[in-house]
Amino acid sequence: MASGFETTAEEYISHHLVNATFGRFPDGHEKAGEWGLASSGPEAESMGFWALHVDSLGWSIGLAVVFMFFFRRVAVTAAQDPAAIPTGLRNFVETLVEFVEGMVKSVFKHPDTSYVAPMALTIFVWVFFMNLLDLVPVDLMPYIFRYGLGVEYMKIVPSTDPNITMGLALSVFTLIIFFSIKQKGVGGFLAEISFHPFGKWLLPFNLILEVVGLLAKPLSLGLRLFGNLFSAEMIFILIATMYTGLLLGLFGGLLQFAWAVFHILVVPLQAFIFMVLSVVYLAQAYEEGEEH
Amino acid sequence: MDIIFAAALLLGIAAIAGAFGVSILGSKFIESVARQPEQLPTLRTQLFIILGLVDAIPMIGVGISLYILFVLA
Repeated sequence: MASGFETTAEEYISHHLVNATFGRFPDGHEKAGEWGLASSGPEAESMGFWALHVDSLGWSIGLAVVFMFFFRRVAVTAAQDPAAIPTGLRNFVETLVEFVEGMVKSVFKHPDTSYVAPMALTIFVWVFFMNLLDLVPVDLMPYIFRYGLGVEYMKIVPSTDPNITMGLALSVFTLIIFFSIKQKGVGGFLAEISFHPFGKWLLPFNLILEVVGLLAKPLSLGLRLFGNLFSAEMIFILIATMYTGLLLGLFGGLLQFAWAVFHILVVPLQAFIFMVLSVVYLAQAYEEGEEH
Repeated sequence: MDIIFAAALLLGIAAIAGAFGVSILGSKFIESVARQPEQLPTLRTQLFIILGLVDAIPMIGVGISLYILFVLA
């Protein structure tokens, strides 16, 4: 793209779908054995499993730092002066915390669950911030990074990277298993998946059903978020390729705006659904269901 | 060529299934709000939760079919 915009639609789309991959160059390459950023899509794929998507990692960790910085600041001032009338940021944070707390209280009846509401708040605000970056115009950050900083690929929405969403889902799954075993014991947990919904004589059948149901939880959590955000980003990219020239370009801009306005609904909704489902699955880990 | 047909089929069936699921959900919601208007906020929260669940598989299908269309073909 050095001489202007001499690129095919396919190249443009493929370019926007590649993450900034940091890994070890494979053997056939000129820089074989060294570590560095991939400079093309196939090169990024050839780096194999042990390659990092530094753009997803950087933006997700950066957003987490921003979230923690602002919320910690409000928490400190709130602890120092609890009776003051909240304004601005403190108001917003308090509303959010009350919202999450109310939702968690309505789902969780078990007393030993002080970690659930902070986890739910973290999931909600973090996923919301990550999704919010999808509303930044599609070419803006990649242009800045490419022509300003020399980084060839930059995808700024971490939730469009299935690694990030499945990482979140698997973390929640680990919590579910850990707290199931902690609450019911290993024997109790295995008994629950072996003897429901039919009796012990149909144990293999029970096991298959229950394991599939158990595995469906993190898979659906992670893939739901990924699917929503990936297809939204894809539609942004496609609208960007559709129109050229001034008049049609303005019409394309209008379409982008309309899709962005629709997407404003999806962004917090997906964060909310991720949070609610995590809390509900964790609540299921605590409940003693004798008969299905 | 076949893979484009497969992706189109995937997208189409996901769209039909999603539309049916969400419209059933929406009509039940409107019915129950008409019966008990004071429960509107509670019901609306549940609407969005179930919307997310119903919409998950069609959305995964849309994601996969767009990937097939633009990356694999």
